[in-house]
Amino acid sequence: MFEQLTFLQLQQYWWIIISLLGGLFVYIMFIQGGQTLLNQLSDNETEKTMLVNSLGRKWELGFTTLVLFGGALFAAFPLFYATSFGGAYWVWMVILFCFIIQAVSYEYRKKPDNVLGQKTYEAFLYINGSLGVVLLGIAISTFFSGADFALDESNFVHWQGASRGLEALLNPMNYLLGFALLFLVRIAAGMYFISNIDHAPIEAKARTMIKRNIVWFLPFFLGFVAWIFLKDGFAYDAATKTVSMVPHKYFWNFIEMPAVGAMFLAGVVMVLLSVFNTVFRGKSCCAWTNGVGIVLTVMAVLLAVGFNGTAFYPSTHDIQHSLTIENASGSLYTLTVMSYVSLMVPFVLAYIAYAWRAMDRVKITEDEITAPDAHNY
Amino acid sequence: MLYETAASVDWARAQFALTAIYHFLFVPLTLGLSFIVAIMETLYVRTNDPQWKRATKFWMTLFAINFAVGVATGLIMEFEFGTNWANYSWFVGDIFGAPLAVEGILAFFMESTFFAVMFFGWDKVGKGFHLLSTWLVAVGSNLSALWILVANGWMQYPVGMAFNPDTARNEMVSFWDVVLSPVAMSKFLHTISSGYVIAALFVVGISGWYLLKGRDMLIAKRSMVVGASFGLLVSLFLALSGDESAYNVAQKQPVKLAAMEGLYQGETRAGIIAFGILNTEKELGDDRHEFYGDIEIPYALSFLGYHDIDAFVPGLDDLVYGNEKHGIEPAQARIDRGKVAVAAFKEYKAAVKAGDDAAAAEARGVLETHIADFGYGYLEKPEDIVPPIALTFYSFHIMVGLGSWFIVLFLALLYLTMANEIERFRKLLWLGLLSIPLGYIAAEAGWIVAEVGRQPWAVQDLLPVGIAMTDISSSSVQTTFWMFAALFTALLVAEIKIMLRQIKIGPDGGDH
Repeated sequence: MFEQLTFLQLQQYWWIIISLLGGLFVYIMFIQGGQTLLNQLSDNETEKTMLVNSLGRKWELGFTTLVLFGGALFAAFPLFYATSFGGAYWVWMVILFCFIIQAVSYEYRKKPDNVLGQKTYEAFLYINGSLGVVLLGIAISTFFSGADFALDESNFVHWQGASRGLEALLNPMNYLLGFALLFLVRIAAGMYFISNIDHAPIEAKARTMIKRNIVWFLPFFLGFVAWIFLKDGFAYDAATKTVSMVPHKYFWNFIEMPAVGAMFLAGVVMVLLSVFNTVFRGKSCCAWTNGVGIVLTVMAVLLAVGFNGTAFYPSTHDIQHSLTIENASGSLYTLTVMSYVSLMVPFVLAYIAYAWRAMDRVKITEDEITAPDAHNY
Repeated sequence: MLYETAASVDWARAQFALTAIYHFLFVPLTLGLSFIVAIMETLYVRTNDPQWKRATKFWMTLFAINFAVGVATGLIMEFEFGTNWANYSWFVGDIFGAPLAVEGILAFFMESTFFAVMFFGWDKVGKGFHLLSTWLVAVGSNLSALWILVANGWMQYPVGMAFNPDTARNEMVSFWDVVLSPVAMSKFLHTISSGYVIAALFVVGISGWYLLKGRDMLIAKRSMVVGASFGLLVSLFLALSGDESAYNVAQKQPVKLAAMEGLYQGETRAGIIAFGILNTEKELGDDRHEFYGDIEIPYALSFLGYHDIDAFVPGLDDLVYGNEKHGIEPAQARIDRGKVAVAAFKEYKAAVKAGDDAAAAEARGVLETHIADFGYGYLEKPEDIVPPIALTFYSFHIMVGLGSWFIVLFLALLYLTMANEIERFRKLLWLGLLSIPLGYIAAEAGWIVAEVGRQPWAVQDLLPVGIAMTDISSSSVQTTFWMFAALFTALLVAEIKIMLRQIKIGPDGGDH
């Protein structure tokens, strides 16, 4: 089946999968968003534990999606994996640190003799949820702003600056996506809590929080959209294999790929609709609408940066070294083999949805958390 | 061309070793304990005996505490391939990345999805679905080990690929050759069974402590039976898979085998050193004896390595300097051919850039002729192919010695528990408890044999570690090394404290 596809089609197929994984990862980061809200949405220890437990039942999915995102990039676009992780060393190291401290925090927070103390683990969750998310947004933003690398004849990466990725922090435009992501995942967390926890005070606080965070989210998100629509983009000519700067490249990508443009619009509308329904109509069923909206929006942004003759990881040192889905991909054979493996993805998504539904059929209540044999985080 | 000094490579290796060692403190217990918990829950579902449920929940709590740090260190390992070994990531990413991606899709999601059901679903889903979830967590954990060990097996014995000079990397040509490589399979079986032994030691050791204290006797005895039966079975299998593993090493990585046995000069009917202290003055090519004192099991190494007691086992001197009689060429010959291959690769790239098709074709022909020795072209001298001998030798012997002890221990514990005599044998119970750390020592020693024993290669014969690493200053890697060391140590201390407290609380303490 996949043998019938051309190399370019397979590269496009895998960029679509990467985009989907990116979208799913951003959605599942509601866990990180929720971690920044533990104190804000709770008035006492039981309420905080309800929030932690609600997130704790899903945190591993977020972790796994990150790992899969990394693994899929490694296999499908190994030159990106080598260039970005090896080059932007310090940014990724800090991000990784933010994720290590999350992994233990849920399980250890309430355990007796936990050495570091409950507050430390809660601080870890906050750092992961705030710094981790903003840095990830900044790292993804370099898809548009570029990175300071060169490749040699063996395609080995040589970073040009000593700051090894930290220079991305000096570009104020990169913060637009970083903070847009932060407020987006907090909004998503609020909707998740409303759908998952049966406790009126938390629900009321979550609705108020969503209302405030959408006010913060919109300027950053619209600023990001305006920036990428107005800036010159890194266009790739497949015939000459050269990269050049084209005015409003990303804007035209959305216009020239109407399906991607429609996906982007639909995604944004769904996110806004879910917020409207939650805040003004008091609905509690908007987490899924919000989730689908986030996935569609992020997918569309990633598709726009990889398709239509665009370099998805531009080199600011020498734009001819920029990475495209053609020069950064795995071989024809590997992409074909992995495409068969990718057929398992719907099956995996189905059992995740089934298990999630089975677990969330009954909302988390105060009684459940305070039961003597409860496994609490 | 080497981009960095030896110090950079050493720090990059040290950092990866640190992460792997910490990762391997947590993962093996997870692999085995997940099955032990699943067995106990199956007994609960079949008998409806609440004591089995208590036992299940108790061991499950300890499993979760351990699981968290395993996940954290695992994440770091995946991304360290990129951060510390960027050149490696490109050079072999087309092959190595595929098993990692499969691991993510097929194993991690299964593990993480059903982990939540296993812990929080007791009263939310049916008994059958809960039991299925517990088994799926166990299967998912072990599937994840399968794929990462397939990737590691490929690094020990690279198959199913071809070098593409246009992309300057190795590309996969046969997925099944990579997955079904005999080295990958034996590595998987040996590694997971070592994890099962660690888990079994953990269960029998802690159960023994309860028996010594005279508390939670029923659960302790039941756990002892499950742990010791499981341990006996898997430790016997561990010995078998170890034999298969050594056979593969002899065939595919003879330098590693020679280092494992401290064998400098090859022998026919070679024996295994049952005990020996290495002569630290001994150097390659000299006539000094390898050991200060040694006890040898005759013929055993020839049999282990070649399944033939009369077989010739090459020593380090033979492999480095050659042995004409046995048809072993000196490493220098491979280095010379490798340098020709590396030069031809550069000529090919230059010719392609200049648009000189004829020169490109000629250079490519030379490269393809010498491609098997390409990695040797980056070595400086024949002695570079030898790994640290003492570390490899002692690690191997510690692993084998402890593996033998575990079989005896499980057999004794199982027999005495079944005979209802176990409480009387307090020294044996103490030995069981003290053997918990020995399980970890054996597993770490095994990891050292596998990874240190294949130095200087990141990928055997293809890619030396000096070329594989990221072009980055040693100070950056050194800084992150200490950051990781501090963080992982803090997490390890936290885990041990929490574990000890949970064990002290016991099954009756509920879930805290």
